[in-house]
Amino acid sequence: MIAYQISIFAENKPGKIAHLTSVLGKEKINIRATTISTADTFGVINLIVDDPKRAETVLTQAGLTVHLRSVLAVLIDDKPGGLDNLMQLLYQEGININNAYGFVLESSKKAVFVVDVDQTEKTEKLLEENGFQTLDTQALSSIEPTHNVK
Amino acid sequence: MYWEKNVETIDRKKLEELQLAQLKDTIKRTEKSYYYGKLFQEKNISANSIKSLEDIQKFPFTTKDDLREHWPYGFIAVPKDELVRMHSSSGTTGRATVVFHTASDIAIWSNLLARCMFMTGMRKSDVFQNMMTYGLFTGGLGFHYGAEKIGALVIPAGAGNSKRQIQLMMDFETTVVHVIPSYALHLSTVFTELKIDPRKDTKVKIAFLGAEPHTEKMRRKIEEIYGYKAFNSYGLSEMNGPGVAFECPQQNGMHIWEDSFLVEIIDPKTLAPVADGEEGELVMTSLQKEGMPLLRYRTKDLTRIIPGICPCGRTHRRIERIKGRSDDMLILKGVNIFPMQIEKKLMEIADVGTNFLIILDRADFNDSMTVKVEVNKKYFAGDIKQLEILRKKITEELKGELLITPKVDLVEPDSIPKGEGKAVRVIDNRKD
Repeated sequence: MIAYQISIFAENKPGKIAHLTSVLGKEKINIRATTISTADTFGVINLIVDDPKRAETVLTQAGLTVHLRSVLAVLIDDKPGGLDNLMQLLYQEGININNAYGFVLESSKKAVFVVDVDQTEKTEKLLEENGFQTLDTQALSSIEPTHNVK
Repeated sequence: MYWEKNVETIDRKKLEELQLAQLKDTIKRTEKSYYYGKLFQEKNISANSIKSLEDIQKFPFTTKDDLREHWPYGFIAVPKDELVRMHSSSGTTGRATVVFHTASDIAIWSNLLARCMFMTGMRKSDVFQNMMTYGLFTGGLGFHYGAEKIGALVIPAGAGNSKRQIQLMMDFETTVVHVIPSYALHLSTVFTELKIDPRKDTKVKIAFLGAEPHTEKMRRKIEEIYGYKAFNSYGLSEMNGPGVAFECPQQNGMHIWEDSFLVEIIDPKTLAPVADGEEGELVMTSLQKEGMPLLRYRTKDLTRIIPGICPCGRTHRRIERIKGRSDDMLILKGVNIFPMQIEKKLMEIADVGTNFLIILDRADFNDSMTVKVEVNKKYFAGDIKQLEILRKKITEELKGELLITPKVDLVEPDSIPKGEGKAVRVIDNRKD
């Protein structure tokens, strides 16, 4: 399943993230994970949120430069070697990762690893054939610390 | 103390008679050019329209745009075979203006520069290090020829390469330099780095500061650092290049050589002449040029005539150091830049908006330019690599156009404030 990452272009200066989080907070949009990559004077903020389409709308309305990007959110075991299983598979298949980040579920049994790859659909198929579960937006937003994700 | 005493101290009345005769000759010469020939016919004017110097006002102004529109040969007033040299105001494509010289033009120009340099105390025994760009830019070759005319030993060092400049200065015991003021300040930091004290360890006693406007405070600072006398120089390629006006030992205004140029100061808005002492735009008519004589050329440089007689004995009037421009041209490290050049380049790149901001800064005596550019909303695909590529592309494109490398900052769409009417495109933070 395909998940969506919301990317925001911003100048590298104080208050930029605060502006972003104030909009999302007011709109009661929940952030699941974030990463920021910077290049000197500017950067890109990547977010996994519970309602990416609405986040795109409200952030655009707030004057931000936003792009919705499809990514794969892969469920992995939260134990040594858990991420390695996934990485070995992608490596064997020659799939390049442009950006990746993960977050641990509080159950401490599973973790979610978000990968941004060139061939999203092909990779999704590959992952499912090899027994990995990918989460869509709905699944991502329903992940609660106490809930077990199937 | 004078290079040509009879010319430099000429009686004002005689000077004006000379100018009147030269003006008539100049108009006769310009008539042979495509541009002026046509213009005189349309307006029904000719050398006969001139009875007094004030009659120059019957002739229209000539602007840089006129030169561009009739690029490259529309203003030449002699057969092409007579031309021996071309120069260009700046090396940029498209908007460059070219000027042409005959052998006589080069000789007269060299003599004017010899006159300027001799006036400050430079002699045949001096070693002259010319730290200016050679090539299309007039500053390098102009001074080079003038110094040779005096008979000095010339080191054609060219611009940049600070350590080699210092080495040359030490090895050949340079006594006179020609340098861009911002570069003189930058070079002082290299002296410090090398633990060489320019006041004690070099023999330089005279510096000519040119190619960019600077303040009195900056000149005094340069003199303080180096322990030499620094003289202000004014010129523009359309009037030969350097050697149009120059400071005498009084260091109080630049004598503008009125045997070669007819000077007017006008109000840039009403275009009416202003009285001596009042600030306005400098307008010049060449009185001796053959290859490409120009009438009432609008320099866009703002200055004023300093009233009164100079104690040095020269009767040619003085202009004050240039206060600014009546157009939006910027000068950075001696390079002329129009914001329009940047706008044009950015318009060719679809991935950015045309709203941009130029910021000029000075740090550690080094001038720099930052161009803030708004990214096109549609271009952004959440990818930082793509933005880096875009930034590199813009930097390269602007470097190709401006010949200096700006720092490019990508900013969010609509983040640069749009000015009322004409957008504010330039912030100049350069202080003394």
